[in-house]
Amino acid sequence: MAVTHKLIQTITVGSGGSASIDFTSIPGTYTDLIIKHSLRSAVSTTLNDCYLRFNSSTSGYSERMIYNSSGTAAGSASNSAGNIAWAGTMPAGTATASIFGNTEIYIPNYASSTIFKSISFDTSGENNSATDWSLMLNAGLWSNNSAITSITLYPANSSTFVQYSSASLYGIKNS
Amino acid sequence: MATKLIVDCSTGITTEVELTAEEIAQREVDAAAYAVELAEREAEATAKAEAKASAVAKLAALGLTEGEVAALLA
Repeated sequence: MAVTHKLIQTITVGSGGSASIDFTSIPGTYTDLIIKHSLRSAVSTTLNDCYLRFNSSTSGYSERMIYNSSGTAAGSASNSAGNIAWAGTMPAGTATASIFGNTEIYIPNYASSTIFKSISFDTSGENNSATDWSLMLNAGLWSNNSAITSITLYPANSSTFVQYSSASLYGIKNS
Repeated sequence: MATKLIVDCSTGITTEVELTAEEIAQREVDAAAYAVELAEREAEATAKAEAKASAVAKLAALGLTEGEVAALLA
């Protein structure tokens, strides 16, 4: 049976924390990529969001997201030709200890040099609480033809990922 | 100085390096944009909650019971 879902690399943050997690020299030998991340931010809030950049690019990210936070009415947000891509949510410094977020990001046709790149994710950030949580579904587009060879994940508010935060990059083949 | 973790997927080697001044500046720009984004989300949520409360009050003024209003909103 063909191996169609292969772990490329995993990074786990050490005791000093990290301002970002960068996957570089991503091989172009798969059809799609999946990132699964379990992150927590150090900033002194309950929740924080995660940003992403492809190839260190600071342009061309457009997105549409629906979200629901802590029982408020569902909302939506959009980002047109922005300088970052949204990449999930996560608990932060004042959340219950040892709670991390859960996010899966799907990036099809990442190695193509002729088409724009789409990105989608589902994510949950929680606080082991019925009242502190954030859920998001997102579809996006990076308007760039370049093959994706590097991916950077980082906290939205210039914070750091805490120890034991982790991100895994998987390659997907269609046969 | 803040550091970042870089894994080279071709070798599996992970290195920890300091952020450049340019990267730090970009993070600050991103953080400012994020603050604006959060404020917009909060304003939208507040506006929806206020609109819902107003609608419920108007339905009650028309004579609907709490159960009937709840059924409409379900």
